[in-house]
Amino acid sequence: MLVLNTFANWNWVLITDKLILIGILFAVALGIAAYSTLAERKIAAFMQDRIGPDRAGFFGILQPIVDGVKSIMKEEIIPGRAHKFLFILGPCIFMTVALMTYAIIPWGKDLFINGKPFSLQLADLNVGILYSFAIVSLGVYGIMIGGWASNNKFSLLGAVRASTQMISYELAMGLSLIPIVMMASSLSLRDITEAQAGWNWNIFYQPLAFIIFFTCALAECNRTPFDLAETESELIGGYHTEYSSMKLALFLFGEYVNVFVSATIISILFLGGYHFPGMENLGLSPNWLSIVSICTLFAKIFFMIFVFMWIRWTIPRFRYDQLMKLGWQIFIPLCILNILATGLVMTLFTR
Amino acid sequence: MEDKKKDITIEPTTRVNEQELTTLNFGPIHPATHGVMQNILKVNGETIVECDQTIGYIHRAFEKIAEHRPFYQITPLTDRLNYCSSPINNIGWHLTVEKLIQADIPKRVDYMRVIIMELARISDHLVCNSVIAADMGALTGFTYVFQWREKIYDIFEEVCGARLTTNIGRIGGFERDFNPAAHKKIKAFLQGFSKMFNEFKAMLERNRIFMDRTIGVGGISAERALNYGFTGPNLRACGVDYDVRVMNPYCSYQDFDFTIPIGSAGDVYDRFMVRNREIEESLKMIKQAYDNLPEGKHYGEVPEFYLPPKADVFTKMEALIWHFKIVMGESDVPVGEVYHAVEGGNGELGFYLVSDGGRAAYRLHFRRPCFIYYQAFPEIVCGGMISDAVMTMSSLNVIAGELDA
Repeated sequence: MLVLNTFANWNWVLITDKLILIGILFAVALGIAAYSTLAERKIAAFMQDRIGPDRAGFFGILQPIVDGVKSIMKEEIIPGRAHKFLFILGPCIFMTVALMTYAIIPWGKDLFINGKPFSLQLADLNVGILYSFAIVSLGVYGIMIGGWASNNKFSLLGAVRASTQMISYELAMGLSLIPIVMMASSLSLRDITEAQAGWNWNIFYQPLAFIIFFTCALAECNRTPFDLAETESELIGGYHTEYSSMKLALFLFGEYVNVFVSATIISILFLGGYHFPGMENLGLSPNWLSIVSICTLFAKIFFMIFVFMWIRWTIPRFRYDQLMKLGWQIFIPLCILNILATGLVMTLFTR
Repeated sequence: MEDKKKDITIEPTTRVNEQELTTLNFGPIHPATHGVMQNILKVNGETIVECDQTIGYIHRAFEKIAEHRPFYQITPLTDRLNYCSSPINNIGWHLTVEKLIQADIPKRVDYMRVIIMELARISDHLVCNSVIAADMGALTGFTYVFQWREKIYDIFEEVCGARLTTNIGRIGGFERDFNPAAHKKIKAFLQGFSKMFNEFKAMLERNRIFMDRTIGVGGISAERALNYGFTGPNLRACGVDYDVRVMNPYCSYQDFDFTIPIGSAGDVYDRFMVRNREIEESLKMIKQAYDNLPEGKHYGEVPEFYLPPKADVFTKMEALIWHFKIVMGESDVPVGEVYHAVEGGNGELGFYLVSDGGRAAYRLHFRRPCFIYYQAFPEIVCGGMISDAVMTMSSLNVIAGELDA
């Protein structure tokens, strides 16, 4: 009886709404991650004066599907002395965690369906930023577990590198955001976005924080110049040396999901989220405004993804000790200085 | 053996328990070795404490094979030494034989050889330098310069019909003159190369990450380098201006105006810079040789080694006899002992040829620079990190084919 009552008390409309949104988000996130792989190869080809994949469909448009089918059909190899359960668990954690951050992203202004507002955010947590950090840092468990369970020295080295790197850069990443939080006086991503309406983008107020956060985001995604965990030339493949077929694809794919997440968070925290100057003055109906805002956010996200790829195909990678030095000796002091300076300016000028 | 061990092992900075070291197999199949050679690294965390080497995975006993073959059949063996610049090996071998038989070679052949050899040097250095960047994760430079290496191979293809293992030229000259297509391709190369190369240099030479990764890494002092017997770009990076082309000119190198770039620290960055400068010098030399290409025949008068034209073989008795003798390997060689060295892509590539007057060499030894560099590898990498070992390996330009012969 109690159970029935509980069910009856649930807000079924809200749950259906959210389930629909979750479905759409999954499709969009995975779709974008899949096409990021194609975009990466095409951008790399463009930079290296090549053509890139163009066999599967026009402009290689079917390539991600072909890649996916290929990874599923391939033989799955689990090394003889690997810890079987953990070996499978590693990529699962990595992928799941990568997808969980989407819960707090405000994708646009509210839609109005039959006069009722339909929020384009799964959960407007009042500790949004903290949630995203907590989830992103869980991703390292996937790498660590996968690398350790492979029973391979190169995998283990890659896993150790990945975990030290992520832990070091999370500090600088978190500290770099404190000025933003101070300015918005909120941890909720929705509030931070709203505070940046018009030209009040955080990148103009906090350029240093942007640079540090962006660099740390590169490090968190394990991309060049911070791809020390994989380094095909040193550690063969790092933590995923022993992985094959779909489990390898989950690792690689999770990386692109992470890139998408990072690009989204950067767009929201620094580039004004779904705002663009003069958006309110267009005289659009709320629903159209909502659609425009979604497009704006995605334009910013795509631009940031492009920048990620641009950097990857231009810059060589750091050495392990240089990476640590950059994180601990340069970024963290700079972050603290930035916090102090922001605090000083706020106390002196806002009153 | 025990003494040698003591000599090359650098004491770890902090005393570590032997059991706390990890043993890593760096090769023979590892993306960073660029060939088959094995380094067994003992690492303390990421720091290399000890390095043990195994070579011989692709030893093909070329020196022994050479004792049973007529001279013209040794040229394709030399292709497989340093396969990044096979024309230098081919021509080096031809020069050695010409020295033994004291052949008189026309100027045009010399100039053609300089063009081909310097093109090969450019391709060798391009591969080496772009691979240094690729090992650092900057793959773009690597693929970007490779299309120009392709253009060099296109030129080789016009001259000899092959691209990688060229078997270019013959004892006495070239099998055919440069054809119009080759002229066109050389001209196009000379025009377009600098632009691409400047882009490549701009991407890396002053790149902060690249400099941090390479300056002071994998260095060796001039004294140690000379003790090991380093030559070529790796020695010049240490500040020793030794270049076979200047010290002991062959093939009319004295006719050309070029400088020998040297470094100072002998580290990865200096090797990179020396190679980059050398590419520019080589380009200068090709321009000079191509502009002043003398008229004349593309082969010298060496009837006992240079195949006569086919038309003569069918119509003239003497040409037919020479043709038969050459193809059957019955050309007698004079008794003698010569050493001839050319400046290969990697350093002094020497051919030590002892002939007892038979139809094949009594003994032939290749002085292979990679074999020497690779011996210094443990000394250079011990105390550094795994990433440094990768860079050092690619900047020494150790090529398995030349290492193992």
